[in-house]
Amino acid sequence: MRIELQDVEYRYQMNTPFESLAIHDVNIEINPGSYVAIIGHTGSGKSTLLQHLNALIKPTKGRVIIGERTIESGRKEKQLRPIRQKVGIVFQFPEHQLFEETVEKDICFGPVNFGIPKEEAKIRARKALKQVGLAEEILEKSPFDLSGGQMRRVAIAGMLAMQPEVLVLDEPTAGLDPRGRKEIMDMFYQLHKEQGMTTVLVTHSMEDAARYADEIVIMHQGTVYQKGTPFEIFSQPEQLMELGLDVPDTVRVQLKLQKELGVRFDHPCLSIEDLALEVKRVMERGSR
Amino acid sequence: MGEKLVSLNDVTFKYEGQDRNAVDCVSFDVYKGEWLAIVGHNGSGKSTLAKLLNGLQFAESGSITINDIELSEATVWDARKKVGMVFQNPDNQFVGTTVQDDVAFGLENLGVQHQMMVERVQNALNKVQMDQFLNQEPHHLSGGQKQRVAIAGVLALQPDIIILDEATSMLDPRGREEVLHTVRELKDENILTVISITHDLEEAAKADRIIVMNQGLLYRQGTPDEIFQLEGELVELGLDIPFSVKLGKALREQGLNLADSHLTEEELVKDLCELNSRM
Ligand SMILES: Nc1ncnc2c1ncn2[C@@H]1O[C@H](COP(=O)(O)OP(=O)(O)OP(=O)(O)O)[C@@H](O)[C@H]1O
Ligand SMILES: Nc1ncnc2c1ncn2[C@@H]1O[C@H](COP(=O)(O)OP(=O)(O)O)[C@@H](O)[C@H]1O
Ligand SMILES: [Mg+2]
Ligand SMILES: [Mg+2]
Repeated sequence: MRIELQDVEYRYQMNTPFESLAIHDVNIEINPGSYVAIIGHTGSGKSTLLQHLNALIKPTKGRVIIGERTIESGRKEKQLRPIRQKVGIVFQFPEHQLFEETVEKDICFGPVNFGIPKEEAKIRARKALKQVGLAEEILEKSPFDLSGGQMRRVAIAGMLAMQPEVLVLDEPTAGLDPRGRKEIMDMFYQLHKEQGMTTVLVTHSMEDAARYADEIVIMHQGTVYQKGTPFEIFSQPEQLMELGLDVPDTVRVQLKLQKELGVRFDHPCLSIEDLALEVKRVMERGSR
Repeated sequence: MGEKLVSLNDVTFKYEGQDRNAVDCVSFDVYKGEWLAIVGHNGSGKSTLAKLLNGLQFAESGSITINDIELSEATVWDARKKVGMVFQNPDNQFVGTTVQDDVAFGLENLGVQHQMMVERVQNALNKVQMDQFLNQEPHHLSGGQKQRVAIAGVLALQPDIIILDEATSMLDPRGREEVLHTVRELKDENILTVISITHDLEEAAKADRIIVMNQGLLYRQGTPDEIFQLEGELVELGLDIPFSVKLGKALREQGLNLADSHLTEEELVKDLCELNSRM
């Protein structure tokens, strides 16, 4: 399913003294089967943008096209359920939405709510639990008796059990240990590669954005600052650093080496292996 | 090392209905003025340790002393004045309808006088760079902004020890740096002793000491240098090693003649410069 934002603006608490402009003039296309990473500072509007992707909020200006549907301000929308089922959002702090007595009920809640038979939902719950790397024993536990990282995985499993067409992830790995982070990111990537899952990832990790995404969107002060492939985006690291954003560790080291060693790299290195190779190359070239 | 502020002796704790100890016979000391990082896989017992230190849970066996006072149900209120805690999850911590009310709440409870309260609230919010949001509703802030307000709420109480339970994991890198810098300054002014539970190995690398938890057990404690030398062992525990250590390794694999591991990027770049000038 294709999603497009056209000239989208959103103001919180419209027509009250607290009205505040969160995002404006946002134009983004999310094509079926793509993997888009959204990066930007806290408060730059990422979470606000995401909520438009499944019509949780309606733009105060502009329009959002979700598959066949168009969401515009001033128009009453009925039947948003199908959209919510097809575009699944895993929110920042998803564990806040856990509320059932057992993990199993929690994971099944979404599917059952969307009309999936209980038995089928239970099968999905087991599969999803495995995908996020949790043991089946946990199904009978209360979600509130889990560690932070375990809750995070349960919340993600709940979304996977809905089997959406588009998966929207708002900093999904915050709170996971390093191995868990890699496992979960690899799992999302596998879904993307093998099932063509359209994926939208909000992240502060430039490494993840560089490694997984086809396209990176930089949000700054409520609007899109730049769009491009990881390669394009990280070819101009100084620009990002001027905004106070990070660049991948490897790119930052490249910049330092260019300055300290007076060497030149001809491309941004997005993996440690590539960087090690390039460092060796430029150092040998320099000595000749 | 300075004077002992906190001591844990063979502390064991099990949640009701669980078959494994969440914290199993753990002993360590915390010294006044230090920055102690606690790392470990999800479910290894870190937050449980934090809850035990703050008297939200009580040890089944073993003892915890804070400033020579043994923690028990009778002393817990005194202990809580000394130990401020910022949780993994900021939303549950908000009680006020505005940012400044929220930060003032704890002070009101302590009966702090109005003028003093206003000053402390302002001060704490300045320190986390949230002073422009005095009258905002906490729930309307973005994730990272919320976390800074929660930290201000603890700072306003002026505790001896602050426990950060993944308190910066939701901030963007700049926000994280700002908050850690703030806490570090308070530590350097000898105002605070810091216990930071974190999955961020780069942050842990800057601590004075690191404790590694594994399945409820204290696996190892030491300086960052000592801990990150464990390399492969850490990865097996579900943890990671800092970027500069990984890059150093990759460079040596490429045949570059570099000395052993570098805990910071600066050291690594410096060594590369030297190597380059010799080539
Ligand atoms: N309230 C609770 N009731 C029952 N068991 C719990 C409770 N809280 C945690 N546990 C269990 O105790 C163990 C330790 O959990 P703890 O929250 O201390 O881990 P943690 O190291 O903080 O993990 P994380 O990195 O995921 O936050 C885990 O096995 C967890 O499932
Ligand atoms: N529920 C809300 N009510 C009012 N303002 C909000 C609300 N949520 C976010 N904002 C404001 O909108 C802006 C964008 O926030 P957000 O989309 O959460 O950013 P990000 O996800 O990039 O951190 C910020 O200025 C934030 O304070
Ligand atoms: Mg956000
Ligand atoms: Mg925890």
